[in-house]
Amino acid sequence: MTARAEPTPPAPSGSEPLLRTTDLTRHFRLGGIFSQQVLHAVDDISMEIGEREIVAVVGESGSGKSTLARLLAMLYRPTRGRIYFRGRLLESLRSRRDVLWYRRQVPMVFQDPYSSINPVFRVSHGVMRNLTLHRPELRGAARRAEAERVFEVVGLTPAREMLAKFPYEMSGGQRQRVGFAQALALQPRLILADEPVSMLDVSIRAGILNLMAALREREGVSILYITHDIASARYVADRILVMYGGHVVETGPADAVLADPKHPYTQLLLAAAPDPREPAAVDSAAVAGEPPKVVNPTEGCRFVARCPIAVDECGRVTPRLHSVGVGHAAACHLALADPGWPGGSRDGG
Amino acid sequence: MPALLEVRGLSVDYLTDAGDVRAVDRVDLQVAAGEFLAIVGESGCGKSTLLFAIAQLLSPPAELAAGSVTFAGRDMVTLGERELRHVRWRDYSVVMQSAMNALNPMKSIEAQFADTMRAHARLTAEAIHQRAAEVLRLVGIDPIHLASYPHQLSGGMRQRAMIAMALLFTPQLVIMDEPTSALDVVAQRALMSQIKELQQQLGFAVVFVTHDMSLVSHYSDRLVVMYAGQIAEAAATARLFARPLHPYSRGLLDAFPSIRGPRRLLTGIPGSPPDLAHPPSGCRFQPRCSVALPECSVREPELRAVDGADVRCLLYPVPAEPAAEHPA
Repeated sequence: MTARAEPTPPAPSGSEPLLRTTDLTRHFRLGGIFSQQVLHAVDDISMEIGEREIVAVVGESGSGKSTLARLLAMLYRPTRGRIYFRGRLLESLRSRRDVLWYRRQVPMVFQDPYSSINPVFRVSHGVMRNLTLHRPELRGAARRAEAERVFEVVGLTPAREMLAKFPYEMSGGQRQRVGFAQALALQPRLILADEPVSMLDVSIRAGILNLMAALREREGVSILYITHDIASARYVADRILVMYGGHVVETGPADAVLADPKHPYTQLLLAAAPDPREPAAVDSAAVAGEPPKVVNPTEGCRFVARCPIAVDECGRVTPRLHSVGVGHAAACHLALADPGWPGGSRDGG
Repeated sequence: MPALLEVRGLSVDYLTDAGDVRAVDRVDLQVAAGEFLAIVGESGCGKSTLLFAIAQLLSPPAELAAGSVTFAGRDMVTLGERELRHVRWRDYSVVMQSAMNALNPMKSIEAQFADTMRAHARLTAEAIHQRAAEVLRLVGIDPIHLASYPHQLSGGMRQRAMIAMALLFTPQLVIMDEPTSALDVVAQRALMSQIKELQQQLGFAVVFVTHDMSLVSHYSDRLVVMYAGQIAEAAATARLFARPLHPYSRGLLDAFPSIRGPRRLLTGIPGSPPDLAHPPSGCRFQPRCSVALPECSVREPELRAVDGADVRCLLYPVPAEPAAEHPA
């Protein structure tokens, strides 16, 4: 066993994934206290993240992907549904000790490296503070050595010099590495990375994506990678969840989703990804429109207004995720399963 | 036919206590009427400063150190504020990076459009309203949003409202400073297509600054790659994507993942752009260059024509020996 403080014995069974959600839902009431308007930010998400797995959540602004991350970070309480971490139900974590136990294992890395690090302290401050709070067994020299170790792991070398810098002395890419170092100091099991590269120059994004892959390899952490860029999701992730209007519309192994996207929205995301090696695939009409604010939704597919292939049924019946291939599912009435896949010829439709 | 915009030997200094920092160094540019020119480079390479210099928007501590900017036959550098007011917005306009900050949160879209029009022309209220509705329709926004405040619009709509504002007087040139960088991929793509369509419809020229080379691949006619205040490479866009000559251009092109084909390890470009107060000796890119020669740290390369492109790199032989093959 590790020296880690475990409030209760870990996962009850070997088959339990690291993190699992069932019908996870978060609504926000809009307007005044008598308002009947309810925004459905996240609806009925059931997902899993395995050990040493990188899962990407892909969607546009307003798709609910950041709300999902905040639910998993315990920053929001679910309206409905459950989150299990290593077999433990998150709602059952009540004491400060239990909540710290969770936060230590599931830290978050934020989008904006310019505002998420306190500018008045040296960058060592955040790392040392995490170590003091969450790993009190490390003292003096050992704490310092651990801070240097995590800085080296994220590529901030020479670590001793880097720790002494102020945030303004660092580039955006270096600051984002500080964010990962702070998370890593906690010996996390799962890092929630909310658009960690979208504020960075294209030329340094690759370095941060490679860092995430290296953290999984070397430190054994899992990563939930939130992004609007499906190309970077493919680059780094094992599995992809595509979100639209608070729903997961497609999920599967990254290669399968990219090679054979089943949902028209995934197809749109792919068409919009700029690829100079390919001719322009779409005109503005195809990508026009924006994700809906889902307020008091009625039955029906939330993508219907932008969907090029919608049929009558789409406006009346909400499509559920159904299996279309190995580990691959889509929530679309018209999505066809892989040839030979059981349930390939769907009834209804 | 003379170019619509001609920039010659333009240099911009930032005057600081620790000495002058040259942010833009001897830049030459030409933009023909109706042309789409993209300027790409990392943060801190001087591309925004260059735009500001072209638009005569430099303010202390930045100062034009040398060079000329000729726009539609007028020498912009010598024009005074009063004369500039007749050219600005009517003949050329600027779309700023962040619509979030560039629009006034306290005023409706129509009030902001009206402000702009009154500052640069004498028009009746009716004519202002007509034109404001017209340009909004042009960028695909329903004119009912004239009454909206910026916070009531989505990020993509705000950015399109900014472009509508730039088109109020049907200018000949629209200068855009990373107008899409705050948007997600789908909204970026929609906006780029829209800019291109408007450009074809109305015939204005575009100077477009971005750090994301992949974004402009299908839209720009010519591409200028800037590094550390200087032009590293300039060529027709298709030519530059097909065969980038400068190692920096190659690095930028290899920095983003593809959605097709086998997954390759991306290296990006190691290190970061130099501190312009103390630029490295020789070639400015040499400390980050994977194919640098010993000579590169000693001799500063000049911008030189190498079959169809202008490139600033010592890897390419001096034209004295005819048509030697380029190193891979």
